[in-house]
Amino acid sequence: MQHATPEAAARATRAAAPPPPVDEAAETYLTLTVADQLCGVPVLSVRDVLGYHAITRIPLAPPEVAGSLNLRGRIVTAIDLRRRLGLPPRPADAKAMSVVVDRDGELYSLLADAVGDVLPLPLAQRSANPPTLDPLWREVSTGVHRLGERLVILLDVERILAIG
Amino acid sequence: MDDLLADFLTETTEGLVALDSALVRLERNPDDKATLSEVFRIVHTVKGTCGFLGLGQLESVAHAAENVLGRYRDGALKVSASGVTLILAATDRIRAIVTSLEQKGAEPGGDDMPLINALNAAAEGRDAPAPAKPAPAVVQAVPKEAAPQEAAPVLAAEPEPEPAAPELATPEPAMDGSAPAAAQTTIRVSVDVLEGLMMLVSELVLTRNQLLQLARSEDNQAFAVPLQRLSHITTDLQEGVMKTRMQPIGNAWAKLPRLVRDLSHDLGKKIELQMKGAETELDRQVLELIKDPLTHMVRNSGDHGLETPAERRAAGKPETGRVMLNAYHEGGHIIIEVADDGKGLPVGRIRSKVLAQGMATEAELAGMAERDILRFIFRPGFSTASAVTAVSGRGVGMDVVKTNIEKIGGTIEVRSAEGKGTTFVIKIPLTLAIVSALIVESGGERFAVPQIGVVELVRCGGEGGPQLERIKDAPVLRLRDRLLPLVSLSRLLQLDTEAREDTGFVVVTQVGAHVFGIIVDRVFDTEEIVVKPVAPILRHVTMFSGNTILGDGSVIMILDPNGIARASGVGGETASENEAEARHGLGGPEKTSLLLFRAGDGTPKAVPLGLVSRLEDVERERIESAGGKPLVQYRGRLMPLVPLDPMWCVDMAKERQPVLVFSDGDRAMGVVVDEILDVVEEYLTIDPAGTRPGFLGSIVINQRVTEVIDTSWWLREAGEDWFGGGASKANTLPQRVLVVEDSAFFRNLVVPALTAAGYAVTAVGHAKEALRLRDAGAKFDIIVSDIEMPEIDGLALARALREGGAWADLPLIALTGRSTPSDVEAGRIAGFTDYVGKFDREALLASLQQCLAMTVAG
Repeated sequence: MQHATPEAAARATRAAAPPPPVDEAAETYLTLTVADQLCGVPVLSVRDVLGYHAITRIPLAPPEVAGSLNLRGRIVTAIDLRRRLGLPPRPADAKAMSVVVDRDGELYSLLADAVGDVLPLPLAQRSANPPTLDPLWREVSTGVHRLGERLVILLDVERILAIG
Repeated sequence: MDDLLADFLTETTEGLVALDSALVRLERNPDDKATLSEVFRIVHTVKGTCGFLGLGQLESVAHAAENVLGRYRDGALKVSASGVTLILAATDRIRAIVTSLEQKGAEPGGDDMPLINALNAAAEGRDAPAPAKPAPAVVQAVPKEAAPQEAAPVLAAEPEPEPAAPELATPEPAMDGSAPAAAQTTIRVSVDVLEGLMMLVSELVLTRNQLLQLARSEDNQAFAVPLQRLSHITTDLQEGVMKTRMQPIGNAWAKLPRLVRDLSHDLGKKIELQMKGAETELDRQVLELIKDPLTHMVRNSGDHGLETPAERRAAGKPETGRVMLNAYHEGGHIIIEVADDGKGLPVGRIRSKVLAQGMATEAELAGMAERDILRFIFRPGFSTASAVTAVSGRGVGMDVVKTNIEKIGGTIEVRSAEGKGTTFVIKIPLTLAIVSALIVESGGERFAVPQIGVVELVRCGGEGGPQLERIKDAPVLRLRDRLLPLVSLSRLLQLDTEAREDTGFVVVTQVGAHVFGIIVDRVFDTEEIVVKPVAPILRHVTMFSGNTILGDGSVIMILDPNGIARASGVGGETASENEAEARHGLGGPEKTSLLLFRAGDGTPKAVPLGLVSRLEDVERERIESAGGKPLVQYRGRLMPLVPLDPMWCVDMAKERQPVLVFSDGDRAMGVVVDEILDVVEEYLTIDPAGTRPGFLGSIVINQRVTEVIDTSWWLREAGEDWFGGGASKANTLPQRVLVVEDSAFFRNLVVPALTAAGYAVTAVGHAKEALRLRDAGAKFDIIVSDIEMPEIDGLALARALREGGAWADLPLIALTGRSTPSDVEAGRIAGFTDYVGKFDREALLASLQQCLAMTVAG
């Protein structure tokens, strides 16, 4: 069961989303909302999307680390995207959703306020980070995508996880 | 069946399979030396082990076959098809005997003489007598035809060249078919499969627990019975799966009694082997890895540690020497002691050996504790057999032992008393082991404490019970006849908690020889947990040895009593390290000179004296004001003055105002204080509690809490572009220094010194961590690294960094105790920018500034 998880997750996320892009010049992203900011994570790096989970705090951990949670018997370290991106803390009554990613065999959960759709984002509508972007954001973002009315910050999972 | 025999059977069965195909290969290429030695080795191993297990019949067959092979190997005989056939027949016979051993536990008996005679005849170069009489010419031709078909079973079906073969082998019906039977009692399963199983079982347990909880609240009788059964089966399954990984250490010891017996025979010594704790379980993988080092150490103890009976008599000891093995759990580790009551390690001779080999200078040795000198036996160069056996007789291959133990994350220590004996203490972590843990709560969070380290639980605060007491701020507990130092878990872990420390539980914990208490709010029950390592980004939190999932599905951190002891200074390694370092007396400022002064409120303030360039008394009338900021003309320049007391203004200045002058190059800044008090030597152990801007924290000097000022903060207050140009680059951000230093003691020394000098310091204990930080994308302005470190030393680190990656161009300062010209040269070649002696704080700070200035300029 554990072994099937990545595929299952990928299937699940794909099933819940429009079909993968035909367009060569597009990459598929899972969108998520962090304090009203729309962000995108490459869908291929996502293993699982979870609803609210009880999180155990880890004392003395870096502030971005919200704690750890139990994903079907595996311990997942939760990174609070709000804190990682220097955004105000989540209201106490709001339940975070987890986007689980794998890095060198370790699972990490990125805590977001809401998880949106899986979208093909054509490269044509992508821009580089504006130079005025907050240095913290510049550090973790690979670019900005113009999605209709809204802007999607494309997150680099590796760099998001480079904490401490 | 005896474990040893079972192992032997498995091994032999595997060997036989390899033997069959090797023999056929040999027949095809009679000149293939590699195959020949492989065949010889397999048969030789079988023979050797048989003798060991007292299997006479098997041994004689294997011995005869080995003889023939030996002649082939020596080139005395040419490999012939008839010979190979004979050996194949012997192989079959061996297999039959093995099968019988496996089924009946005894050798089958029967007459092997015809086969043995045939083999012996072949060995002597004669043709096999009665049973085999193939025409040599035909036989020579056969290999070409027979070769492509190969494989042992073919032999039986092959009537031509050797009809004798089936005859020779006793017609045991299941000759071929039964071979796999031996293999079936044990099979090799990859660890991954077991890990996967373990994970599934944990999930099953969690689900079971949830079901049980549901059933309790539902009160549905129909489910109760099957659920109960499910629960039992799950528990059994869990135990079974866990057992697959665990083995008693006694398995690794099984061969030792025999080894010691032989040793005592060969050496003419009387040796008694005592084994304690053989039932201590540890992970199979770990067990395999320590088997060889342990065997080696026992042999060493018997061979070199123990004296001859005559010597022992002369020394007034019993004639029989003892070698003792002892294994036990301690605080999440397994400790294995290998001790002897022999002559001990001759410190004097090790010392002269070290000198002779140039591993340390006389001065260095003079400052070393005996314990540290003994550790030289673990140095690679030291343990050459001829050199050491002549001197102390100890140390042969000890470096290999140490390397093997360190490979699995263990440590090895040596204790020795001349004339009394030597004890090696191996400590191996139990990363994969299942431990029983006590679940406690502190500051609203639950934690697991490995039960192994827990001595007892004491409830405090209640009526009539023991009370928590304080000596100054340190909580202590009077427990029976001893005073127990206490550590507050919530304070240690910085959990926000209401201070209700006077009631609660004290978990009395033992780490090594140190006993201390951990104050927690509540104690739940105990639970069996599987220790899982924490995520890499949390590895630097040494207070936890891992994490785990409890029965209710929640994740919980596992406390590491060693880490707690270290962090709280209760004992553990830092203390002993400190002692050792203190004894070293290398002349460095283990204590830092601090300038004490008063400014503003009554609390004394301190600043490392090394940072202050001068103390000046400035006349009040010389203090001027520009833009609301006080200034003074000082050595032909304007020097900004920064008052430590926020209320201070020029009007309050004294007749002669004391000022601490900080300078760098031709810039200078004055800190206005009220009164200079004293200069003291103190350990710079800053407690960051209650820190406010401008202060690093507090330190106790002469029983008074003294605040240590954050010089960099005040320098910035002066508005000076202070940090050698670096500040202009990074605005007001302090420059980031990475300190790589394996000794906690030096880290403790260097980090506050650099922090105090205004750098943002990150310290790691291992070069690997530094590389990990680099790969994780951490950014630093400069790296300071120790040279001598385990595994990856400073030079290797420098080379690794220079090879490429984000840090390839960072300035790199070597911090080391050894700074002879050749060392410095080696450092430069490896890529170090500068070389600074340990303890030389001023030199280090100067070097930092210089190197950083260079990069900015470049």
